[in-house]
Amino acid sequence: MSEQLPAGVERHAFDGTDRLATRGEPVYGEPTDGEWRAWNPHRSKLGAMLEVGMDTGLEGGETVLYLGAASGTTVSHVADFAGPTYAVEFAARPVRDLLETADSRERLFPLLKDARKPETYAHIVESDVDVIVQDVATRGQARVALENRRFLADDGRLLLAVKARSEDVTREPAAVFADVREELSEGYDILETELLENYHADHLGIVARPR
Amino acid sequence: MNDRSATSTGWFADIDPADVEATTEAIREKTAEEPRDWPAEAVDAGFADDEVDYYAKLHESTVESTREAVREREKADDQQLKHSIRAMDDCSRTANELAERLAEWAGTVDPDAGTGIEYARTLARGEADDDLAEPAIRSLAERVADLADEADELREFVDRRTPAVAPNLSALAEPVLAARLIALAGGLEELAKKPSGTVQVLGAEDALFAHLRGHAPSPKHGIIYTHDAVRGTHPENRGSAARAVAGKLSIAARVDHYSGELKPELEAELAERIETIQARTTGDDAGSDGGAADE
Repeated sequence: MSEQLPAGVERHAFDGTDRLATRGEPVYGEPTDGEWRAWNPHRSKLGAMLEVGMDTGLEGGETVLYLGAASGTTVSHVADFAGPTYAVEFAARPVRDLLETADSRERLFPLLKDARKPETYAHIVESDVDVIVQDVATRGQARVALENRRFLADDGRLLLAVKARSEDVTREPAAVFADVREELSEGYDILETELLENYHADHLGIVARPR
Repeated sequence: MNDRSATSTGWFADIDPADVEATTEAIREKTAEEPRDWPAEAVDAGFADDEVDYYAKLHESTVESTREAVREREKADDQQLKHSIRAMDDCSRTANELAERLAEWAGTVDPDAGTGIEYARTLARGEADDDLAEPAIRSLAERVADLADEADELREFVDRRTPAVAPNLSALAEPVLAARLIALAGGLEELAKKPSGTVQVLGAEDALFAHLRGHAPSPKHGIIYTHDAVRGTHPENRGSAARAVAGKLSIAARVDHYSGELKPELEAELAERIETIQARTTGDDAGSDGGAADE
């Protein structure tokens, strides 16, 4: 599989195995190799998307809007290789950890906001961001992506991890994914999808661009 | 408070960059319909010297503002819950006590007097026989009805607030039970730090200490008795059900406190476990609803 890793993301050996890594302050007790710290695809859907070889279009240095930042595990890696990174998370508890991550990352902007209400942060997040990364565990994940399309540049990318169980625990994940893809196509062209099964049960990775 | 019609101004509009209070408030309170090229506009407006300076200011302001917002939300919520559930219990206990007193008193005037909160409500509405001319009795009935209403309203408040504070815990238990557990433990953090064996007997402290002193059997369950999965299980297996429920509720409380993410799978896991427990053969016929066999 061809490797299309963004600048600032490299494979480094940790305990004898090659793993994804970025350069920055460690935040969650991950193994380090000099300045490089391992990026665990089991704890990060974006990490898993890179690991399974999806063409994310990431090159490094992008302006990023990250929806569903949680405690900042993935966001910290994104901020390591990307440019200005806006991190939106609605739950107060994980944001406490996210703030610690932001302490050593000057271009990471933590926001305690609801990703379903973009107007509550459109006065902060700039227009024409290069990438939206979305990992929100709520119902209506396609809707969230559509609502936030207003931030994305016309040639930008949406990197979306859909959690089937957040939409409906009782339905077949495949049926949930089909619905999400259909709704998503109201505003996006889907470029690639891949199950993240080896790392995250019932998750689908989607790469899309605005229509 | 802010002008919603000014749809296209950034957080930095009309603010002195040195005024920390104003910048943090703008981050939290303002809104805009559409994003714009804020870094460029901020430089044009003289808020920042250049893009680098803008991002430095944005970093400082978002971190400060978000820290404040988190602190406020976290402090407010589980303490609010603790007080509201206690107030709810006080109101309904007092309403019941007064309703008893009222029934006793009304019984001396009207031999057909009813009992309980419902009777107090009918009296208060003036629907009962009007032999009860004594205004003092009616007035007392009105107090009882008011207190009962207050308890109902507090219950609604708890139902509404608990899912925001502890989403997983209130998905697994009723919001009221979730709030009770939080109140008994003293807060969500305290609950998250308790072993599940303690959660299992929260609210049964008297029985627990009697047991520890050596003259009583160990309690099988505390307040979690009100959980359907415990109450709905045959007494013989109730201990197991209580243990399973307490285990999952502890995990839910920890997820709520330490991560805050919703984990719908917990609910399915608990339902599965309870089904297994309830399907067990019990020692007597009473458990036959699960298709259990006799001895």
